Amino acid sequence: MFRTFTLTALTALALSTGVATAETEVEIHDFDFPFEGPFGSYDTMQLQRGLKIYTEVCAACHGMTRVAFRTLSDETGPAIPEDQMRAYAANFEVFDQSLADGAGDYRAATPADYYPASSLANAPDLSLMAKARAGFHGPYGTGISQFVNGMGGPEYIASLLEGYRDEPECAAAMETPMEGYYNIAFANGGFPDACKDEHGHHTVPGSWIAMPQPLYGEDVTFDDESANSLEDEVQDVAAFLMWTAEPKLVARKQAGLTGVIFLSVLSVLLYLTNKRIWAPHKNKIKH
Amino acid sequence: MSGIPHDHYEPNSGGEKWLYKRLPIVGLVHDALFIPTPKNLNWMWIWGIVLTFTLVLQIATGIVLVMHYTPHVDMAFSSVEHIMRDVNGGHMIRYFHSNGASLFFVAVYLHIFRSLYYGSYKAPREVTWIIGMLMYLLMMGTAFMGYVLPWGQMSFHGTAVITGLFGAIPFIGESIQTWLLGASAVGQPALNRFFSLHYLMPFILLGLTMVHIWAFHTTGNNNPTGVEVRRTSKEDAEKDTLPFWPYFVIKDLFALAVILAVFMAIVGFMPNYLGHPDNYVPANPLATPSHIVPEWYFLPFYAILRAFTGDVWVVQLVNWISFGIIDAKFFGVLAMFGAIAVMALAPWLDTSSVRSGRFRPTFKWWFSLLAVDFVVLMWAGAQPAEFPYDWISLIAATYWFAYFLIILPLLGVMEKPLAQPATIEDDFKSHYAPTGGTTTVVNPAE
Repeated sequence: MFRTFTLTALTALALSTGVATAETEVEIHDFDFPFEGPFGSYDTMQLQRGLKIYTEVCAACHGMTRVAFRTLSDETGPAIPEDQMRAYAANFEVFDQSLADGAGDYRAATPADYYPASSLANAPDLSLMAKARAGFHGPYGTGISQFVNGMGGPEYIASLLEGYRDEPECAAAMETPMEGYYNIAFANGGFPDACKDEHGHHTVPGSWIAMPQPLYGEDVTFDDESANSLEDEVQDVAAFLMWTAEPKLVARKQAGLTGVIFLSVLSVLLYLTNKRIWAPHKNKIKH
Repeated sequence: MSGIPHDHYEPNSGGEKWLYKRLPIVGLVHDALFIPTPKNLNWMWIWGIVLTFTLVLQIATGIVLVMHYTPHVDMAFSSVEHIMRDVNGGHMIRYFHSNGASLFFVAVYLHIFRSLYYGSYKAPREVTWIIGMLMYLLMMGTAFMGYVLPWGQMSFHGTAVITGLFGAIPFIGESIQTWLLGASAVGQPALNRFFSLHYLMPFILLGLTMVHIWAFHTTGNNNPTGVEVRRTSKEDAEKDTLPFWPYFVIKDLFALAVILAVFMAIVGFMPNYLGHPDNYVPANPLATPSHIVPEWYFLPFYAILRAFTGDVWVVQLVNWISFGIIDAKFFGVLAMFGAIAVMALAPWLDTSSVRSGRFRPTFKWWFSLLAVDFVVLMWAGAQPAEFPYDWISLIAATYWFAYFLIILPLLGVMEKPLAQPATIEDDFKSHYAPTGGTTTVVNPAE
C-alpha cells in the first residue's frame, strides 16, 4: 500500500513552525536512458522488452487504464506489428456494458480498448507513474540534478525496483516487525522510531513499502536473448513506463528542435534587421 | 494620443476620409503604431511585448484546450490525458499552455522589477502602475484557477489550502470560503466555477492590457534616465524619440524571438520541469500529498504567508491588541496580500524626486537587495516550514515590507542623487554618435 501522510491541508500549510516534517533520505541512481536530452528518443527494442516485463510481472497486480492497446503499434512507441498487437490485446479481458442486452459482460479486448484496471485496491495504476514520481527537485529544492542529469520518474522507478534491501539492524531488532519491505528508494512508507536518532532524523535511507520485491533478475526471457539481469530489467520496464506516461515524447522533442532552430534563425534575421534600421541613429562611441 | 508633439494621421484617399469621419479607427492604429518612443529604451523595455504575446498565446491555446476538456470531477483528469494522448498536437498545445503560465510570470516579474528600478511607477504614471498591479492580481487568480482544472492531487489540495486562506478571515471567513467553493468542501461546484472564471478572466486581462497601453501612451514611456521627453516643440521631441514602428517593433520582435527560442526548448525538452509531479496523480480527497507546494510563481508570496507564525512578537502583539481576532493564520493572509498592496502603493511611498535608479547611488543597493530578497523568498517558499527556512522566510519577508514602508520613504529625503542628463538626446549621444558625424562626447551626467 502506498502510504500517504494524512496530514490535513492546514497542517501541510504549516502555519505553525512546530510541525517538523522529517525528511526521508532516498537513494535514487542516475541511469542513462536513450530518451534523455534534446535528441533522445525511445529505443523500440527496449520498449518491447519493457512491455514483456510489464505483461508477465507488473500486470499481475497493477492496471494501466490510460493506455490503449492500439498505441502499442505507434511508430515512436513499442511499434508492435498490428496483427501481433491485436493478438496481444485479445489476451486481456475487458468489461463491456453493451453486451448481454445492456447487463454487460466480459469479452476479449480489441485494439480500441484500454488496459484493464487493477483488481487490487492498493496497487496504483501505472499509466502515469513515470511522471507522477519525478519529483526530487534536489539538491536544496533547486532541481539541478533533474536539469543536469535528466533525473526523473524513470530513474525513480528503476531505483525503486532494485532498491530492496535486507532490513537494517535497527529495525530487525524490533519486537513487532515492520509491515512491508525495506526499500532504500521509497520515501513515503512507514518508518520505525527505532531507526531515528534523538532529533528524529532517519539513520537509514528509504522506508518500508507494501509491494514485495517484483523483480530479481532473469524473471523474463527474451526471444533475442537480450540481457535479463535485474539491472537490465529495471531499466527496460522503467523505459516502458516512461513511454506509457509520455507516449508523444519523440514527437514533442522533434517539434521542440524544429521550433528552436526556426526561432534561432528568425532571431538572427531580426537581429540583423534591427541593427540595420538603428544604424543611422547609433554609432557606438568607444570610451 | 500622447502629449508628445508629433505628426498625426491625415486621411488621404476619399475612402479613408469617408471612414475617418465615421470611425477614426485607422487613425487610432496609426497613432499607436507611430507613437514617439524615447530612443534610449534599453532591453528591459521588451517585456510588455512578451507579456502581450503570452496573453494571446494563452488565450489561443486555451480556447483549443477547452474544446477537448471536460469540467467534471470524474472526467477532468481523463480529459486532460485524452488531450495528451489522442488529440492531434494536443500534447504540444497543453504544454504550451502550462509552460506559457511560467513564461507569463517570468516576464511580469521582470516587467515589475524594471518599473521598480527605473521609477516607472512615479508621477505621472501611477495609473499605469495601478492598472498593472490589478492585472498582476488577475493573472495570479487566473493561473491559480487554471491549475485546478486538471484535477490532479496538487489541483485539489492546493485549492483546499488557498481557499482555506479566506477561511482565516475572522467571523465571516467560513461563509466566504463556502461561497467561493459553492460548497463546504472542494468539489464539483468549485471545479465548474473555476473553469468558468478561468475562461473569463483572460479577456478582462486583455481589456486591461488595452487600458494599460492607453495609460502609458497618454503619459509617454518612461525611459532609463527617467528624464521626460521634451514637449516644447515637435523638433525637440523628435530629438528625444523615434517612432515605435519600425524601431521598437523590430527590436521587441528580436527579443521576443530569442525568448521564444528558450521557451520552445523548455516546452520541447523538459515541459514538466516547472510543474509538480503530484499533479499527474488524479485528485483524491482522502490522500493529502506530503508537501503541498504552489507553483513557482506564487512561492515568494507563499513564503510571506508562512513567515509570520505565532511565535513572532509582531504577530503576538497584533493578536493581543486585536483581542485575539487577528490570529497567526489571519496575520499571514494579511501579510501576503499586504506584500502586494505595499508594492501597489510604491508611487506614494517613494518620496524621491529622481525617477531612475541610475542616478540614485544608495537606492541602487537597496533595490538590488530587494531583487535578491525576492529570489530568496521564492526559494524559501518551496522549503518545509522548519528551521532554518522559517527564519530565512521571516527575515526576507520583513525586508520586503521594510523596503516599501521604510526605505523608499526615507531614501527620498536622505539620499543625495547624482546629476541627471538634461535631455534624453544627451544621454543617447553619450553612448552613440550619429554615423559620419564628428564625435563630440558630452557626458552631462558628470
